[in-house]
Amino acid sequence: MDSRRVPRTVSDPKVRQVGFFAPPDRSQSGPPAPASSSPPVSGASPSGNTLSPVMIPPPRHLSADLSRHFPQAPPLSSLGVARAVDSSVPVGSYNPSDFLSPAATADYSEDPLSPRWGRKGSSGKFATSLPASRFEMAVAKQSIFNLPPSRLSFILSVLILFILFRDVSFRGVLSLFWVWRNCETDGGSTMDMSKEQSSVSGKPLKEKTTKAERRAIQEAQRAAKAAAKGEGSKPSAAAAGVNPANANTGKPVKAVSQKKDNSSVAPSEKKKRVEKAKKRSVVKQTEARNRVELFRHLPQYEHGTQLPELESKFFQLDPVHPAVYKVGLRYLAGDISGGNARCIAMLQAFQEAIKDYSTPSEKSLIRDLTTKINGYAKANLISGIDLFISEKIILADKVIVKHAVTKIRDGDVLLTYGSSSAVELILLHAHELGKQFRVVIVDSRPKLEGQKLLRRLVGKGINCTYTHINAVSYIMHEVTKVFLGASSVLSNGTVYSRVGTACVAMVAHQFHVPVLVCCEAYKFHERVQLDSICSNELGDPDVISKVSGRKEINSLDGWANSENLQLLNLIYDATPSDYVSMIITDYGMMQSNFWKQLLRYQSVDLEN
Amino acid sequence: MPDVHSLVNEFVIKLKKRKIEGSKATAKLTVELLRSFISQQRLPHSNQAAALIDAVKAVGEKLIAANPVELAVGNVVRRVLHIIREEDLSLATAAVGGLSLAAESDDEDDIDRDDHPVLSATAVAAAARNALRPPSLQTLLEDIPHSAAAPHTSSSGGDSEGKSKSADKNSVTRKLKHNVIEAVNELIQEISTCHEQIAEQAVEHIHQNEVILTLGSSRTVMEFLCAAKEKKRSFRVFVEGAPRYQGHALAKELAARGLQTTVITDSSVFAMISRVNMVIVGAHAVMANGGVIAPVGLNMVALAAQRHAVPFVVLAGVHKLCPLYPHNPEVLLNELKSPSELLDFGEFSDCLDFGSGTGSPLLHVVNPVFDYVPPNLVSLFITDTGGHNPSYMYRLIADYYSADDLVVRRKSAS
Repeated sequence: MDSRRVPRTVSDPKVRQVGFFAPPDRSQSGPPAPASSSPPVSGASPSGNTLSPVMIPPPRHLSADLSRHFPQAPPLSSLGVARAVDSSVPVGSYNPSDFLSPAATADYSEDPLSPRWGRKGSSGKFATSLPASRFEMAVAKQSIFNLPPSRLSFILSVLILFILFRDVSFRGVLSLFWVWRNCETDGGSTMDMSKEQSSVSGKPLKEKTTKAERRAIQEAQRAAKAAAKGEGSKPSAAAAGVNPANANTGKPVKAVSQKKDNSSVAPSEKKKRVEKAKKRSVVKQTEARNRVELFRHLPQYEHGTQLPELESKFFQLDPVHPAVYKVGLRYLAGDISGGNARCIAMLQAFQEAIKDYSTPSEKSLIRDLTTKINGYAKANLISGIDLFISEKIILADKVIVKHAVTKIRDGDVLLTYGSSSAVELILLHAHELGKQFRVVIVDSRPKLEGQKLLRRLVGKGINCTYTHINAVSYIMHEVTKVFLGASSVLSNGTVYSRVGTACVAMVAHQFHVPVLVCCEAYKFHERVQLDSICSNELGDPDVISKVSGRKEINSLDGWANSENLQLLNLIYDATPSDYVSMIITDYGMMQSNFWKQLLRYQSVDLEN
Repeated sequence: MPDVHSLVNEFVIKLKKRKIEGSKATAKLTVELLRSFISQQRLPHSNQAAALIDAVKAVGEKLIAANPVELAVGNVVRRVLHIIREEDLSLATAAVGGLSLAAESDDEDDIDRDDHPVLSATAVAAAARNALRPPSLQTLLEDIPHSAAAPHTSSSGGDSEGKSKSADKNSVTRKLKHNVIEAVNELIQEISTCHEQIAEQAVEHIHQNEVILTLGSSRTVMEFLCAAKEKKRSFRVFVEGAPRYQGHALAKELAARGLQTTVITDSSVFAMISRVNMVIVGAHAVMANGGVIAPVGLNMVALAAQRHAVPFVVLAGVHKLCPLYPHNPEVLLNELKSPSELLDFGEFSDCLDFGSGTGSPLLHVVNPVFDYVPPNLVSLFITDTGGHNPSYMYRLIADYYSADDLVVRRKSAS
C-alpha cells in the first residue's frame, strides 16, 4: 500500500478551498516524504471485503462532524490491526482487551517532520480540540484570525492547552473534536459557536456517534439532493462539481472542510454548501432509484458501483488519514456493527490520526514549542481517548453486567433480539456464574444478526432457541424476561435501537413480560423523537429482495425496473418508553423516562 | 364405492403430506370429494338422512384427522352435514304439505294442478324450513332464491306425489340426494366466488390516497385491492415478507397491476404503522369467538395497529368460518415448519452437536406457521355476506352449521 500511495496532487480547481486546505505544494514542502513514506497505518490493510460506498454528507452539527471522521479507517495502529481488520471481531461484540492496550502512546513519533499523513488542514483539528476551556479557544481563535485557521488555531490551542491543562479529561477529548471543528469552521465567525460546541460534553458526542454519522449522511444527501433538484438556482458548475473525479478529499476532511466552507461562506451559503457537499462527496450522488416517498427526507442508500472508485481514492486521500477512511469504509460495508464497536473503532481511528499528526513545518514562529507541545498534546489526547474507551464503554459494560445478572434467576427464559454486545456479556457472565436459564434469540431479516449471537452462545454451552421475529407472539408465552440492547436512549425515554426492537417490546408488554434495556450511559441523548420516521437510517434495499440461502425466492429480482415497486430497509426504530420496564446503565437501574433526573443526581452534567 | 374410497384415501394422503396449499383450495377439493361420495352413496329407503349423515361423518372424520390444523376441511364437512339435515327437514315438511295438497288437488282442474301444488309445495317447504330454523336475515333472504330453485325439483316430485301416496317415499328418497347434491353444488359455487363477493365491498372501504398494510400473500386481499384500484382509488400498499416471503410475490403482482407498492421487512412494522391508514389481511380460519388463525406475524401487526388506532380488517370467505372455540390456539391449532427456512443446517452443524450432560441439544429452532389474533384486536370481518363485527361471528355460525355436527365423530351405534 505504501508504494502505491500517490502523493496528493492539486485538488480540483473547482473545489473552493477557503483557506483550510493545505495547498498541494505544501505537502511536498512539508515533511520530506509524507506521501511517499508509508503512512503510519500500521499494516492494516484495507478490509478487502465488500466495502459499500461511503456516504459523506457535510456535517452540519458538531456531532455530525465528529462522526464524520469516525466512520473512517480502522484504527489500531500496531496492535489491533489484524483484529480490526478481521471482520468477525467487531460485529456485534467488541473484545475489551483489545482496546485496552493501545500502543498509541508508546510508539508515536515526536518528530514533527515525521511523515504526516498529509492532512494539512484537517490535521490541526485534532490537536486543537484539546482546550477544554472556552475562553482559551476564543483567544486562540482571535489570534488565529489572520492566519490559516487550521494551523494557527491548532498551534495556539495546543500551546495554551499544554500550558494550562496537563490533564485532558476524556470529556475534554471529546469536546476536543468539537472545538476542532469549530476552529476550522468559523475562522472568523463567532466564538459563540465554538463555545456552544465545545461546551457540549463528550457524552452527547459519543452517544451520537452512530447517529451523527447518520445525520451527517443525511445532511450531505439532503444538500446533494437540494442541489440536484434546484438546477435553476444553482450554477451548473455546481452540478459539474459533483463529479467525484474532483478533488476527493477523504471523508473527515470533507466533513470538516465542508463545514468550514459552509459556515464561512456567507451569502449564497446554501448553494455553496450543496456544491461543496457534492464535490466533497466521495461517492457519486446518483438519484436513488425507486425512493420511498415517506423517506425522502432521509439520505437514500446508494449502492453498487462506487466501491472500486472509493477504493481507488483511498490512495489519493491526502487530507484524510487512511486509518480513518478505512474505518469509514468498514462502517459502510457493515463489517463493524453495533454501537460500541463502531464507537471504539472510531476512537481508535482517531488515535491513529492523532498519533500521526505532526505540526506543519511552515510555522516557524513557534515551531520548537509546538513540536514539544505537539508531542505532549498528542500523548494526552491519545491517552484521553483510551481513558474514554475504558471508562465509558468497557467499565460501563462491566457495571451493567453486574447489575443485570442480579435480575436473572434460575429457570428463567430470557429473550433477546438481534445481537447486542451488552446483552451478550450479561448472558455469558450469568452463565459463568452458574445460573440455569434458557435463551431465546429472535432474529430478523435482512441482517440476521442473531445468528452470530446464537453461534457464540451455543458455543459457550447456553441452551438457545432461535426464531424469527414473526414468531415472537408464539414464543412469548414461555418467556420470563426480555433483554434488549439500544443504540441510544432519548430524552423522553424512547429507546432508539435496531429495527424490530419496538415490535418485540410491544409483544412482551402485551404478554406482561418485563423488558430490560441495557445501555451504556454515553449513549444517552438529549434529543426527543416520537416515531421512527422523522429520523432514521436507510439501508440497502437490495438485501430485502434477496433471501440468503434460498434462491427459489426471487420474485423481487429486478425490482428497480418496476416504477411502482419500492423496497424499504430501515435500520433503526424508536420504542416508546411505556414498553420498557427498566433501563440498566452504568449509573444504575432506572425507569426509562427518568434517566435524566437520575443522572443529574449523580452529578452527570450533560449540558455542561 | 371402491372408486370413491380410493379417492378419499388419496385425498387423505394429500392432506397428511400438506400437499394442498390454501384453505380455499382445500375446501373446494373437500366439497367435491364429498359430492362424489354422496352421489355414489346408496341410501336405504327409510331414515335416509341419518344414514347419509353417518356416512359423511365417517369420511369427514378421516379427512379432519388427516390435517387437524386445516380447519377448512372440518368446516366443509360440517357444512355438508348441515345441508343434509336441512334438506331432510325441508323434504319432510314438503312431504307433509304435499300429502295434504294431494288430497286437495283431486278437486281442482287438471290444468291448474301443475301450478298450484308446485307453488304451494314450494311455499310450504320454504315456510317449513323457515319455521324450523332460527330466524335470521339469512333465512329471510333465502326464501326467494330457494323458492325459485325448489319448484324445479319439487315439480317432478309434486306430480309424483299427486299421483300416488305410496310413491311419496320414493320421490323423497330421490329428492334428498338430489337436493343435497344441488346444495353442495351451490356450496362449491360459493367457495369459488367468494373472492368476487368480497372484492365488491372494497370500494366502500378504500378511498383516495390511502396507505394500506398487508402481510404475506392472500389472494383475497389481492383481489380486494385490485377491485379498489379499478374504481380509480389511489393508494399505496406496504407489503411484508413472511418467512415464506410470499409478500414478495404479492408485491410484484400488485406493482405489475399498477399499484404503488413498498416492501418492508417484518421488523419494521411498528416503525411504519403510524403512517398506515388500514391493515387488510386474509385469514387462514376464523373461530367462533371471532378470533383469527392467521399467518405468523399477524398478532404483532394487530397489536401495533391497536396501539396506533389503525383499523384491522380481516377478509375471510365463509368457508373459513369454523364453529369451534379456540383453546390455546397458538399451540393446538398451529404447525411448526422446517427450521431450515430459518437456519442453514450446514452453517450450524457444529452448534447442533453441542450437547449438555443430559444429551438434549442446545439449539432449538422454532418456525410456527400460524398466529392467533384475539377478537378484540380485529375491527372488522369482511365476508361474502358483508362486513361483520367479531362478536357477530357466532351468529353466522348458527346459519351455516348445526350444533349436532360440532363434533364430527361417527356414532358407534348406527
